Amino acid sequence: MVTPGETPVPIESSETMPLRNSDDVVRVRQAVRARAVGATFSLVDQTKIVTAASEIARNTVDYGGGGELRIEVLRDGQRRGVRLTFTDQGPGIPDLTLALKDGYTTGGGLGLGLSGAKRLSNEFDIVSAPGHGTKITLARWK
Amino acid sequence: MSEIPILRIGDCLLVSIQVDMHDRLAMTLQDDLTQRIVADRAHGVMIDISALEIVDSFIGRMLNNIASMSRVLDAVTVVVGMRPAVAITLVELGLTLTGVRTALNVDKGLAMIRGIIDNPQNGYARRDARADREQ
Repeated sequence: MVTPGETPVPIESSETMPLRNSDDVVRVRQAVRARAVGATFSLVDQTKIVTAASEIARNTVDYGGGGELRIEVLRDGQRRGVRLTFTDQGPGIPDLTLALKDGYTTGGGLGLGLSGAKRLSNEFDIVSAPGHGTKITLARWK
Repeated sequence: MSEIPILRIGDCLLVSIQVDMHDRLAMTLQDDLTQRIVADRAHGVMIDISALEIVDSFIGRMLNNIASMSRVLDAVTVVVGMRPAVAITLVELGLTLTGVRTALNVDKGLAMIRGIIDNPQNGYARRDARADREQ
């Protein structure tokens, strides 16, 4: 996460994709995979970030009413990473602590989406307020 | 919409997932399999996921559901062919797939199903022992 005053990490490439339905979720998985391969991630690291992307992308579609994803490839010296930013204008998350708890769900799922995606990421950040949508940023480094 | 074929081998059903699963497809497979277990009087279900590059919580839930439904319908479910990177990721995601039997490949999966069908006492005893440990 880039906080004000911190030097931003150089971005190698950036693209934005729509997230409207479950076909878009599949496309997002494929695009994130391609970027992770491009950033020379190992197979396990690729699988982890694609799985995290799948979880959050589904949340954006199912709970956020659709939105978009920005995929960025980062290079910090020798380190390379992939950063994903999911944005929606949905109802927002009233209680972030509760939403991040394992097994908590409002939608009848397993309640592992947010907490699991966080565990699969090196950096994870949520900005959300009721009525103001949700922005989730996650990154994984090689 | 592409459908996932369900093949029958004796009293077992075999499903090999070869496409990137979108959520609707996962739900369709779950429904189709449940109907086929009854229609074909199957006692075993084998799901080959060797082509799946990821298993997220949605697909994990589908596998759990299929195993639970088939158990209620007196059939055994075995998931085979999980890739190592997928297994590593699943554990970190927090998905334990409790109640889903797994085998390394189709051969071992079939042997496992045969073993349980032909000797149900064994299969149930093993499952009970596991349930006890987890309590």
